[in-house]
Amino acid sequence: MISLRGVSKAYPRSGDALRGVSFRLRKGEFAFLTGPSGAGKSTVLELIHFQTRPTEGEVQVSRYNSRRVRRRDIPALRRRVGFVFQDFKLLERLTAAENVAFALEVIGTPRREIAGRVQRLLSQVGLAARHRSRPSELSGGERQRVAVARALATEPRILLADEPTGNLDPDAAGGVFELFRMLNRLGTAVLMATHDADFVRRHPDIRRLELEDGRLARDSAA
Amino acid sequence: MRSMREALAGFRRTPLLCVLSIGAIGLSLVILGLFGLVAHNIGGAIGDVERRVEVVGYLLDDAGSEKVRAARRELEALPAVESVRYVSKDEALERARRDLVEFSDVYGELRVNPLPASFHLRLREGFRTPETVSETAGTLAAYPFVEEARFGDEWVERLFALRSAATGIALALGGGFALIAVLLIVTTVRMAILARGEEIEIMQIVGAREGYIQRPFLLEGAVTGLAGGLLALGVTRLAYVVFPIRFAAIESLAWLPHLWTAAGVAAAALLGLLAAAYSVHREVGRAYGPS
Ligand SMILES: Nc1ncnc2c1ncn2[C@@H]1O[C@H](COP(=O)(O)OP(=O)(O)OP(=O)(O)O)[C@@H](O)[C@H]1O
Ligand SMILES: [Mg+2]
Repeated sequence: MISLRGVSKAYPRSGDALRGVSFRLRKGEFAFLTGPSGAGKSTVLELIHFQTRPTEGEVQVSRYNSRRVRRRDIPALRRRVGFVFQDFKLLERLTAAENVAFALEVIGTPRREIAGRVQRLLSQVGLAARHRSRPSELSGGERQRVAVARALATEPRILLADEPTGNLDPDAAGGVFELFRMLNRLGTAVLMATHDADFVRRHPDIRRLELEDGRLARDSAA
Repeated sequence: MRSMREALAGFRRTPLLCVLSIGAIGLSLVILGLFGLVAHNIGGAIGDVERRVEVVGYLLDDAGSEKVRAARRELEALPAVESVRYVSKDEALERARRDLVEFSDVYGELRVNPLPASFHLRLREGFRTPETVSETAGTLAAYPFVEEARFGDEWVERLFALRSAATGIALALGGGFALIAVLLIVTTVRMAILARGEEIEIMQIVGAREGYIQRPFLLEGAVTGLAGGLLALGVTRLAYVVFPIRFAAIESLAWLPHLWTAAGVAAAALLGLLAAAYSVHREVGRAYGPS
Protein backbone atom coordinates (compact mmCIF):
# COMPACT_ATOMS: atom_id res chain seq x y z
CA MET A 1 0.00 0.00 0.00
CA ILE A 2 2.89 2.32 0.90
CA SER A 3 6.43 1.67 -0.14
CA LEU A 4 9.60 3.74 0.05
CA ARG A 5 12.50 2.52 -2.07
CA GLY A 6 15.94 4.00 -1.41
CA VAL A 7 14.48 7.36 -0.53
CA SER A 8 16.81 10.28 0.15
CA LYS A 9 15.72 13.81 0.76
CA ALA A 10 18.13 16.73 0.74
CA TYR A 11 17.17 20.28 1.62
CA PRO A 12 19.16 23.10 0.04
CA ARG A 13 20.49 24.55 3.30
CA SER A 14 20.06 21.87 5.98
CA GLY A 15 21.46 19.00 3.94
CA ASP A 16 20.23 15.39 4.02
CA ALA A 17 17.03 14.90 6.01
CA LEU A 18 16.76 11.27 4.84
CA ARG A 19 19.30 8.85 3.39
CA GLY A 20 18.40 5.63 1.61
CA VAL A 21 15.22 4.84 3.51
CA SER A 22 13.26 1.77 2.35
CA PHE A 23 10.24 0.11 3.93
CA ARG A 24 6.74 -1.08 3.11
CA LEU A 25 3.52 -0.63 5.02
CA ARG A 26 0.78 -3.10 4.13
CA LYS A 27 -2.93 -2.63 3.91
CA GLY A 28 -4.45 -2.33 7.37
CA GLU A 29 -1.08 -2.34 9.15
CA PHE A 30 -0.19 -0.22 12.19
CA ALA A 31 3.34 1.10 12.72
CA PHE A 32 5.16 3.58 14.90
CA LEU A 33 7.75 5.85 13.33
CA THR A 34 10.22 6.75 16.03
CA GLY A 35 13.52 8.58 16.44
CA PRO A 36 14.97 11.66 18.08
CA SER A 37 14.11 15.17 17.03
CA GLY A 38 15.46 15.89 13.56
CA ALA A 39 15.71 12.20 12.65
CA GLY A 40 13.38 12.68 9.70
CA LYS A 41 9.99 11.43 10.93
CA SER A 42 7.98 14.37 9.63
CA THR A 43 9.87 14.25 6.35
CA VAL A 44 8.83 10.60 5.83
CA LEU A 45 5.17 11.47 6.44
CA GLU A 46 5.33 14.49 4.13
CA LEU A 47 6.81 12.32 1.38
CA ILE A 48 4.01 9.77 1.74
CA HIS A 49 1.48 12.62 1.54
CA PHE A 50 3.28 14.01 -1.51
CA GLN A 51 3.80 17.38 0.16
CA THR A 52 7.37 17.06 -1.03
CA ARG A 53 9.26 14.72 -3.41
CA PRO A 54 12.31 12.57 -2.77
CA THR A 55 15.67 13.74 -4.05
CA GLU A 56 16.52 10.11 -4.80
CA GLY A 57 14.54 6.89 -4.81
CA GLU A 58 10.77 6.68 -5.03
CA VAL A 59 7.64 6.70 -2.94
CA GLN A 60 4.69 4.59 -3.97
CA VAL A 61 1.27 5.04 -2.38
CA SER A 62 -1.35 2.69 -3.84
CA ARG A 63 -1.18 3.50 -7.54
CA TYR A 64 0.61 6.82 -7.19
CA ASN A 65 4.35 6.96 -7.72
CA SER A 66 6.44 9.99 -6.80
CA ARG A 67 8.36 9.79 -10.08
CA ARG A 68 5.34 9.80 -12.32
CA VAL A 69 2.58 11.51 -10.35
CA ARG A 70 0.90 14.45 -12.07
CA ARG A 71 0.14 17.53 -10.10
CA ARG A 72 -3.57 17.28 -10.74
CA ASP A 73 -3.68 13.75 -9.28
CA ILE A 74 -2.36 14.83 -5.91
CA PRO A 75 -5.73 15.89 -4.44
CA ALA A 76 -7.13 12.43 -5.20
CA LEU A 77 -4.11 10.83 -3.52
CA ARG A 78 -4.54 13.00 -0.44
CA ARG A 79 -8.15 11.93 -0.09
CA ARG A 80 -6.93 8.37 0.35
CA VAL A 81 -4.32 9.40 2.93
CA GLY A 82 -5.60 11.23 6.02
CA PHE A 83 -3.20 13.44 7.95
CA VAL A 84 -3.24 14.40 11.63
CA PHE A 85 -0.90 16.98 13.19
CA GLN A 86 0.53 17.53 16.61
CA ASP A 87 -1.04 21.00 16.75
CA PHE A 88 -4.43 19.86 15.36
CA LYS A 89 -4.71 22.67 12.77
CA LEU A 90 -8.37 23.31 13.48
CA LEU A 91 -10.02 26.56 12.42
CA GLU A 92 -10.65 28.43 15.67
CA ARG A 93 -13.66 30.38 14.47
CA LEU A 94 -15.55 27.23 13.50
CA THR A 95 -17.28 24.69 15.74
CA ALA A 96 -16.24 21.05 15.86
CA ALA A 97 -18.99 20.14 13.43
CA GLU A 98 -18.10 23.01 11.10
CA ASN A 99 -14.44 22.02 11.07
CA VAL A 100 -15.41 18.57 9.86
CA ALA A 101 -18.00 19.98 7.46
CA PHE A 102 -15.33 22.28 5.99
CA ALA A 103 -13.30 19.29 4.84
CA LEU A 104 -16.36 17.63 3.34
CA GLU A 105 -17.37 20.81 1.56
CA VAL A 106 -14.00 21.54 -0.03
CA ILE A 107 -13.75 18.08 -1.53
CA GLY A 108 -17.12 18.59 -3.17
CA THR A 109 -19.47 16.53 -0.98
CA PRO A 110 -23.10 17.24 -1.96
CA ARG A 111 -24.53 19.77 0.47
CA ARG A 112 -27.44 17.64 1.66
CA GLU A 113 -25.10 14.79 2.66
CA ILE A 114 -22.80 16.92 4.79
CA ALA A 115 -24.77 17.22 8.03
CA GLY A 116 -25.40 13.48 8.29
CA ARG A 117 -21.81 12.59 7.58
CA VAL A 118 -20.47 15.13 10.08
CA GLN A 119 -22.64 13.56 12.76
CA ARG A 120 -21.44 10.06 11.94
CA LEU A 121 -17.79 11.13 11.90
CA LEU A 122 -18.06 12.90 15.24
CA SER A 123 -19.80 9.87 16.79
CA GLN A 124 -17.03 7.66 15.46
CA VAL A 125 -14.42 9.66 17.43
CA GLY A 126 -16.70 9.87 20.50
CA LEU A 127 -17.51 13.56 20.22
CA ALA A 128 -21.13 13.65 19.09
CA ALA A 129 -22.13 15.60 22.19
CA ARG A 130 -19.60 18.37 21.63
CA HIS A 131 -20.34 19.15 17.99
CA ARG A 132 -21.25 22.78 18.71
CA SER A 133 -18.13 23.58 20.74
CA ARG A 134 -15.31 25.63 19.30
CA PRO A 135 -11.74 24.33 19.58
CA SER A 136 -11.04 26.82 22.39
CA GLU A 137 -13.82 25.20 24.41
CA LEU A 138 -12.42 21.68 23.97
CA SER A 139 -9.62 19.83 25.75
CA GLY A 140 -6.47 18.85 23.84
CA GLY A 141 -7.65 15.27 23.49
CA GLU A 142 -11.03 16.41 22.20
CA ARG A 143 -9.45 18.74 19.69
CA GLN A 144 -7.33 15.94 18.36
CA ARG A 145 -10.46 13.80 18.01
CA VAL A 146 -12.05 16.54 15.92
CA ALA A 147 -8.91 16.62 13.77
CA VAL A 148 -9.13 12.84 13.35
CA ALA A 149 -12.80 13.10 12.40
CA ARG A 150 -11.82 15.68 9.78
CA ALA A 151 -9.03 13.45 8.47
CA LEU A 152 -11.58 10.61 8.14
CA ALA A 153 -13.97 12.78 6.11
CA THR A 154 -12.47 11.56 2.84
CA GLU A 155 -12.70 7.91 3.99
CA PRO A 156 -8.96 7.37 3.69
CA ARG A 157 -7.40 3.90 3.61
CA ILE A 158 -4.30 5.27 5.34
CA LEU A 159 -3.93 7.60 8.30
CA LEU A 160 -0.67 9.47 8.86
CA ALA A 161 -0.22 11.05 12.28
CA ASP A 162 2.69 13.33 13.11
CA GLU A 163 3.17 13.32 16.89
CA PRO A 164 -0.61 13.28 17.43
CA THR A 165 -0.19 12.82 21.18
CA GLY A 166 2.71 15.26 21.55
CA ASN A 167 0.58 18.02 23.05
CA LEU A 168 -1.60 15.78 25.19
CA ASP A 169 -1.42 14.56 28.81
CA PRO A 170 -1.01 10.79 29.21
CA ASP A 171 -4.73 10.11 29.66
CA ALA A 172 -5.76 12.04 26.56
CA ALA A 173 -2.84 10.55 24.63
CA GLY A 174 -4.00 7.06 25.59
CA GLY A 175 -7.52 7.91 24.45
CA VAL A 176 -6.39 9.18 21.03
CA PHE A 177 -4.14 6.16 20.62
CA GLU A 178 -7.05 3.82 21.40
CA LEU A 179 -9.03 5.66 18.76
CA PHE A 180 -6.29 4.91 16.22
CA ARG A 181 -6.29 1.23 17.27
CA MET A 182 -10.04 1.09 16.78
CA LEU A 183 -9.83 2.70 13.33
CA ASN A 184 -7.02 0.30 12.48
CA ARG A 185 -9.16 -2.68 13.48
CA LEU A 186 -11.80 -1.32 11.09
CA GLY A 187 -9.24 -1.55 8.29
CA THR A 188 -7.36 1.75 8.11
CA ALA A 189 -3.57 1.52 7.94
CA VAL A 190 -1.92 3.84 10.49
CA LEU A 191 1.58 5.29 10.50
CA MET A 192 2.16 7.27 13.67
CA ALA A 193 5.29 9.32 14.27
CA THR A 194 6.21 9.75 17.91
CA HIS A 195 9.29 10.34 19.99
CA ASP A 196 7.61 9.14 23.19
CA ALA A 197 9.82 6.10 23.90
CA ASP A 198 7.82 4.96 26.95
CA PHE A 199 4.64 4.95 24.97
CA VAL A 200 6.17 2.83 22.24
CA ARG A 201 7.69 0.41 24.76
CA ARG A 202 4.27 -0.20 26.30
CA HIS A 203 3.02 -1.51 22.97
CA PRO A 204 5.58 -4.09 21.89
CA ASP A 205 3.01 -5.78 19.65
CA ILE A 206 3.07 -2.82 17.27
CA ARG A 207 5.63 -2.59 14.51
CA ARG A 208 8.27 0.05 15.06
CA LEU A 209 10.29 1.85 12.39
CA GLU A 210 13.16 3.66 14.01
CA LEU A 211 14.92 6.55 12.28
CA GLU A 212 18.30 7.83 13.28
CA ASP A 213 19.86 10.80 11.61
CA GLY A 214 17.89 10.25 8.40
CA ARG A 215 18.52 6.49 8.18
CA LEU A 216 16.18 3.64 8.99
CA ALA A 217 18.14 2.21 11.95
CA ARG A 218 15.71 -0.52 12.99
CA ASP A 219 12.50 -2.13 11.75
CA SER A 220 10.92 -4.42 14.31
CA ALA A 221 9.16 -6.35 11.54
CA ALA A 222 12.34 -7.11 9.63
CA MET B 1 -21.44 31.14 -5.78
CA ARG B 2 -18.96 30.30 -3.01
CA SER B 3 -16.18 31.88 -5.08
CA MET B 4 -18.17 35.07 -5.46
CA ARG B 5 -18.95 35.21 -1.74
CA GLU B 6 -15.30 34.78 -0.88
CA ALA B 7 -14.11 37.25 -3.47
CA LEU B 8 -16.41 39.83 -1.89
CA ALA B 9 -15.11 38.89 1.56
CA GLY B 10 -11.70 39.84 0.17
CA PHE B 11 -12.93 43.35 -0.51
CA ARG B 12 -14.13 43.68 3.05
CA ARG B 13 -10.82 42.49 4.44
CA THR B 14 -8.59 44.98 2.63
CA PRO B 15 -10.88 47.78 1.46
CA LEU B 16 -8.12 50.37 1.05
CA LEU B 17 -5.99 48.17 -1.18
CA CYS B 18 -9.02 47.22 -3.21
CA VAL B 19 -10.00 50.84 -3.71
CA LEU B 20 -6.43 51.70 -4.70
CA SER B 21 -6.32 48.84 -7.18
CA ILE B 22 -9.63 49.78 -8.71
CA GLY B 23 -8.55 53.43 -8.79
CA ALA B 24 -5.26 52.67 -10.50
CA ILE B 25 -6.85 50.47 -13.14
CA GLY B 26 -9.55 53.08 -13.54
CA LEU B 27 -7.07 55.93 -13.93
CA SER B 28 -5.00 54.01 -16.44
CA LEU B 29 -8.08 53.36 -18.51
CA VAL B 30 -9.45 56.89 -18.14
CA ILE B 31 -6.25 58.16 -19.74
CA LEU B 32 -6.59 55.68 -22.55
CA GLY B 33 -10.30 56.39 -22.74
CA LEU B 34 -9.87 60.16 -23.07
CA PHE B 35 -7.15 59.64 -25.61
CA GLY B 36 -9.40 57.22 -27.42
CA LEU B 37 -12.17 59.78 -27.42
CA VAL B 38 -9.90 62.44 -28.89
CA ALA B 39 -8.25 60.03 -31.30
CA HIS B 40 -11.57 58.70 -32.47
CA ASN B 41 -12.80 62.21 -33.18
CA ILE B 42 -9.70 63.76 -34.68
CA GLY B 43 -9.07 60.54 -36.55
CA GLY B 44 -11.76 61.69 -38.92
CA ALA B 45 -10.35 65.21 -39.04
CA ILE B 46 -6.84 64.03 -39.68
CA GLY B 47 -8.07 61.76 -42.40
CA ASP B 48 -9.81 64.75 -43.92
CA VAL B 49 -6.70 66.88 -43.84
CA GLU B 50 -4.61 64.06 -45.18
CA ARG B 51 -6.98 63.64 -48.05
CA ARG B 52 -6.45 67.26 -48.92
CA VAL B 53 -2.68 66.93 -49.02
CA GLU B 54 -1.71 67.74 -52.57
CA VAL B 55 1.51 67.72 -54.48
CA VAL B 56 1.46 70.56 -56.98
CA GLY B 57 3.76 70.95 -59.96
CA TYR B 58 3.89 74.26 -61.89
CA LEU B 59 4.56 73.89 -65.58
CA LEU B 60 6.68 76.03 -67.83
CA ASP B 61 4.68 77.93 -70.42
CA ASP B 62 6.45 76.27 -73.32
CA ALA B 63 5.56 72.72 -72.27
CA GLY B 64 4.05 71.01 -75.27
CA SER B 65 0.54 69.67 -74.80
CA GLU B 66 1.64 66.27 -76.15
CA LYS B 67 4.33 65.93 -73.47
CA VAL B 68 1.96 67.13 -70.79
CA ARG B 69 -0.62 64.50 -71.70
CA ALA B 70 2.01 61.75 -71.65
CA ALA B 71 3.32 62.93 -68.30
CA ARG B 72 -0.16 62.93 -66.89
CA ARG B 73 -0.69 59.32 -67.91
CA GLU B 74 2.63 58.35 -66.33
CA LEU B 75 1.79 60.15 -63.11
CA GLU B 76 -1.63 58.55 -62.94
CA ALA B 77 0.01 55.14 -63.21
CA LEU B 78 2.12 55.72 -60.10
CA PRO B 79 0.93 53.43 -57.28
CA ALA B 80 0.83 56.23 -54.73
CA VAL B 81 -1.22 58.57 -56.88
CA GLU B 82 -4.97 58.62 -56.56
CA SER B 83 -5.76 61.36 -59.07
CA VAL B 84 -4.08 63.94 -61.24
CA ARG B 85 -5.85 67.17 -62.00
CA TYR B 86 -4.57 69.48 -64.71
CA VAL B 87 -5.23 73.18 -64.29
CA SER B 88 -4.55 75.17 -67.44
CA LYS B 89 -3.30 78.74 -67.48
CA ASP B 90 -6.79 80.01 -68.28
CA GLU B 91 -8.39 78.06 -65.52
CA ALA B 92 -5.77 79.34 -63.10
CA LEU B 93 -6.55 82.90 -64.03
CA GLU B 94 -10.25 82.27 -63.83
CA ARG B 95 -9.86 80.92 -60.39
CA ALA B 96 -7.61 83.70 -59.25
CA ARG B 97 -10.20 86.24 -60.33
CA ARG B 98 -12.87 84.41 -58.45
CA ASP B 99 -10.91 83.66 -55.27
CA LEU B 100 -9.05 86.92 -54.95
CA VAL B 101 -11.82 89.44 -55.41
CA GLU B 102 -9.65 92.30 -54.19
CA PHE B 103 -7.32 91.79 -57.11
CA SER B 104 -9.91 91.04 -59.76
CA ASP B 105 -9.32 94.48 -61.26
CA VAL B 106 -5.64 93.83 -61.56
CA TYR B 107 -6.21 90.47 -63.22
CA GLY B 108 -8.91 91.93 -65.39
CA GLU B 109 -6.54 94.44 -66.97
CA LEU B 110 -3.80 91.96 -67.67
CA ARG B 111 -2.78 91.45 -71.26
CA VAL B 112 -0.61 88.48 -70.57
CA ASN B 113 -1.62 85.67 -68.24
CA PRO B 114 1.20 85.42 -65.65
CA LEU B 115 -0.13 82.26 -64.00
CA PRO B 116 1.40 78.88 -64.90
CA ALA B 117 -0.54 75.74 -65.70
CA SER B 118 -0.24 73.06 -63.01
CA PHE B 119 -0.67 69.42 -62.04
CA HIS B 120 -2.44 68.68 -58.75
CA LEU B 121 -1.72 65.20 -57.44
CA ARG B 122 -3.71 63.54 -54.70
CA LEU B 123 -2.29 60.49 -52.98
CA ARG B 124 -4.01 57.28 -52.18
CA GLU B 125 -4.90 56.40 -48.61
CA GLY B 126 -1.98 54.66 -46.93
CA PHE B 127 0.47 56.65 -49.10
CA ARG B 128 -0.13 59.98 -47.41
CA THR B 129 3.10 59.85 -45.44
CA PRO B 130 5.78 62.54 -45.45
CA GLU B 131 8.17 60.22 -47.32
CA THR B 132 5.80 59.37 -50.14
CA VAL B 133 4.72 62.98 -50.44
CA SER B 134 8.26 64.25 -50.93
CA GLU B 135 9.14 61.30 -53.16
CA THR B 136 6.19 62.06 -55.42
CA ALA B 137 7.17 65.73 -55.48
CA GLY B 138 10.64 64.62 -56.58
CA THR B 139 9.24 62.54 -59.42
CA LEU B 140 7.14 65.47 -60.53
CA ALA B 141 10.04 67.94 -60.36
CA ALA B 142 12.15 65.63 -62.50
CA TYR B 143 10.12 66.43 -65.64
CA PRO B 144 12.01 69.09 -67.60
CA PHE B 145 8.88 71.15 -68.20
CA VAL B 146 7.99 71.23 -64.48
CA GLU B 147 9.36 74.44 -63.09
CA GLU B 148 8.67 73.71 -59.46
CA ALA B 149 6.95 71.08 -57.30
CA ARG B 150 5.45 72.01 -53.96
CA PHE B 151 3.75 70.35 -51.05
CA GLY B 152 2.96 71.34 -47.52
CA ASP B 153 5.89 69.33 -46.29
CA GLU B 154 6.53 70.77 -42.85
CA TRP B 155 2.89 70.85 -42.17
CA VAL B 156 2.35 67.24 -43.09
CA GLU B 157 5.27 66.15 -40.98
CA ARG B 158 4.05 68.12 -37.99
CA LEU B 159 0.66 66.57 -38.24
CA PHE B 160 2.13 63.11 -38.16
CA ALA B 161 4.60 63.95 -35.38
CA LEU B 162 1.78 65.36 -33.29
CA ARG B 163 -0.26 62.27 -33.67
CA SER B 164 2.55 59.87 -32.82
CA ALA B 165 3.61 61.99 -29.83
CA ALA B 166 0.06 61.98 -28.51
CA THR B 167 -0.17 58.22 -28.98
CA GLY B 168 3.16 57.74 -27.23
CA ILE B 169 2.21 59.87 -24.25
CA ALA B 170 -1.16 58.19 -23.85
CA LEU B 171 0.37 54.74 -24.08
CA ALA B 172 3.15 55.57 -21.63
CA LEU B 173 0.80 57.12 -19.07
CA GLY B 174 -1.85 54.45 -19.50
CA GLY B 175 0.78 51.71 -19.38
CA GLY B 176 2.39 53.20 -16.28
CA PHE B 177 -0.87 53.23 -14.39
CA ALA B 178 -1.73 49.77 -15.67
CA LEU B 179 1.57 48.54 -14.23
CA ILE B 180 0.81 50.16 -10.88
CA ALA B 181 -2.63 48.57 -11.00
CA VAL B 182 -1.14 45.15 -11.65
CA LEU B 183 1.27 45.51 -8.72
CA LEU B 184 -1.58 46.61 -6.45
CA ILE B 185 -3.75 43.67 -7.45
CA VAL B 186 -0.87 41.26 -7.01
CA THR B 187 -0.47 42.62 -3.47
CA THR B 188 -4.20 42.63 -2.71
CA VAL B 189 -4.59 39.02 -3.75
CA ARG B 190 -1.44 38.08 -1.89
CA MET B 191 -2.88 39.61 1.29
CA ALA B 192 -6.14 37.76 0.73
CA ILE B 193 -4.24 34.50 0.36
CA LEU B 194 -2.13 35.12 3.45
CA ALA B 195 -5.23 36.04 5.46
CA ARG B 196 -6.68 32.66 4.53
CA GLY B 197 -3.46 30.72 4.89
CA GLU B 198 -4.82 28.30 7.48
CA GLU B 199 -7.88 27.42 5.46
CA ILE B 200 -5.83 26.99 2.30
CA GLU B 201 -3.44 24.67 4.10
CA ILE B 202 -6.30 22.53 5.39
CA MET B 203 -7.90 22.42 1.95
CA GLN B 204 -4.63 21.24 0.47
CA ILE B 205 -4.15 18.62 3.18
CA VAL B 206 -7.62 17.07 2.84
CA GLY B 207 -7.38 16.97 -0.96
CA ALA B 208 -9.36 19.92 -2.34
CA ARG B 209 -8.65 20.49 -6.02
CA GLU B 210 -6.32 23.32 -6.93
CA GLY B 211 -8.94 25.02 -9.06
CA TYR B 212 -11.40 24.99 -6.18
CA ILE B 213 -8.83 26.63 -3.91
CA GLN B 214 -7.71 29.22 -6.43
CA ARG B 215 -10.99 30.27 -7.99
CA PRO B 216 -12.08 32.82 -5.34
CA PHE B 217 -8.75 34.64 -5.61
CA LEU B 218 -8.78 34.70 -9.39
CA LEU B 219 -12.32 35.97 -9.26
CA GLU B 220 -11.30 38.69 -6.81
CA GLY B 221 -8.64 39.87 -9.28
CA ALA B 222 -11.02 39.80 -12.22
CA VAL B 223 -13.75 41.62 -10.31
CA THR B 224 -11.26 44.29 -9.18
CA GLY B 225 -10.20 44.77 -12.80
CA LEU B 226 -13.79 44.86 -13.98
CA ALA B 227 -14.69 47.47 -11.35
CA GLY B 228 -11.71 49.57 -12.48
CA GLY B 229 -12.82 49.24 -16.09
CA LEU B 230 -16.37 50.30 -15.32
CA LEU B 231 -15.08 53.19 -13.21
CA ALA B 232 -12.95 54.34 -16.15
CA LEU B 233 -15.89 54.06 -18.48
CA GLY B 234 -18.02 56.15 -16.10
CA VAL B 235 -15.37 58.84 -15.64
CA THR B 236 -14.66 59.06 -19.36
CA ARG B 237 -18.35 59.34 -20.07
CA LEU B 238 -18.65 62.06 -17.43
CA ALA B 239 -15.75 63.99 -18.96
CA TYR B 240 -17.41 63.61 -22.32
CA VAL B 241 -20.67 65.07 -21.06
CA VAL B 242 -19.30 67.77 -18.76
CA PHE B 243 -16.47 69.24 -20.85
CA PRO B 244 -17.78 70.31 -24.23
CA ILE B 245 -14.48 69.98 -26.03
CA ARG B 246 -14.73 71.23 -29.57
CA PHE B 247 -12.36 70.83 -32.40
CA ALA B 248 -12.15 73.31 -35.19
CA ALA B 249 -13.68 71.04 -37.74
CA ILE B 250 -15.95 69.01 -35.51
CA GLU B 251 -19.36 70.21 -34.47
CA SER B 252 -19.91 67.82 -31.59
CA LEU B 253 -17.79 65.00 -30.22
CA ALA B 254 -18.84 61.49 -31.04
CA TRP B 255 -18.89 58.93 -28.20
CA LEU B 256 -16.53 55.97 -28.51
CA PRO B 257 -17.58 52.98 -30.59
CA HIS B 258 -19.09 50.21 -28.43
CA LEU B 259 -16.36 47.85 -29.50
CA TRP B 260 -13.72 50.13 -27.98
CA THR B 261 -15.45 50.53 -24.62
CA ALA B 262 -16.27 46.83 -24.40
CA ALA B 263 -12.67 45.94 -25.25
CA GLY B 264 -11.38 48.38 -22.61
CA VAL B 265 -13.54 46.97 -19.83
CA ALA B 266 -12.73 43.39 -20.85
CA ALA B 267 -9.02 44.23 -20.92
CA ALA B 268 -9.27 45.60 -17.38
CA ALA B 269 -10.94 42.42 -16.12
CA LEU B 270 -8.33 40.32 -17.90
CA LEU B 271 -5.52 42.37 -16.41
CA GLY B 272 -6.97 41.82 -12.92
CA LEU B 273 -7.30 38.11 -13.59
CA LEU B 274 -3.70 37.80 -14.79
CA ALA B 275 -2.35 39.78 -11.82
CA ALA B 276 -4.30 37.51 -9.46
CA ALA B 277 -3.10 34.41 -11.30
CA TYR B 278 0.48 35.51 -10.79
CA SER B 279 -0.08 35.90 -7.04
CA VAL B 280 -1.99 32.64 -6.75
CA HIS B 281 0.71 30.81 -8.63
CA ARG B 282 3.37 32.12 -6.28
CA GLU B 283 1.53 31.74 -2.99
CA VAL B 284 -0.71 28.72 -3.40
CA GLY B 285 1.13 26.59 -5.93
CA ARG B 286 3.96 25.46 -3.68
CA ALA B 287 2.02 22.98 -1.53
CA TYR B 288 1.81 20.46 -4.35
CA GLY B 289 5.55 20.25 -4.72
CA PRO B 290 7.39 20.40 -8.02
CA SER B 291 5.81 18.49 -10.86
N1 LIG C 1 11.28 22.36 4.80
C1 LIG C 1 12.53 22.10 5.23
N2 LIG C 1 13.55 22.86 4.80
C2 LIG C 1 14.81 22.60 5.23
N3 LIG C 1 15.13 21.65 6.08
C3 LIG C 1 14.15 20.87 6.57
C4 LIG C 1 12.80 21.06 6.17
N4 LIG C 1 12.04 20.13 6.80
C5 LIG C 1 12.89 19.41 7.57
N5 LIG C 1 14.15 19.85 7.41
C6 LIG C 1 15.32 19.26 8.07
O1 LIG C 1 15.30 17.87 7.89
C7 LIG C 1 15.70 17.19 9.06
C8 LIG C 1 14.61 16.24 9.51
O2 LIG C 1 13.49 16.99 9.91
P1 LIG C 1 12.11 16.33 10.37
O3 LIG C 1 11.17 17.43 10.61
O4 LIG C 1 11.73 15.29 9.39
O5 LIG C 1 12.53 15.64 11.73
P2 LIG C 1 11.57 15.00 12.83
O6 LIG C 1 12.10 13.64 13.05
O7 LIG C 1 10.18 15.14 12.44
O8 LIG C 1 11.89 15.92 14.07
P3 LIG C 1 10.89 16.38 15.26
O9 LIG C 1 10.79 15.21 16.18
O10 LIG C 1 11.61 17.52 15.89
O11 LIG C 1 9.59 16.74 14.64
C9 LIG C 1 16.02 18.26 10.10
O12 LIG C 1 17.39 18.45 10.12
C10 LIG C 1 15.33 19.48 9.56
O13 LIG C 1 16.07 20.64 9.89
MG1 LIG D 1 8.54 16.27 13.11
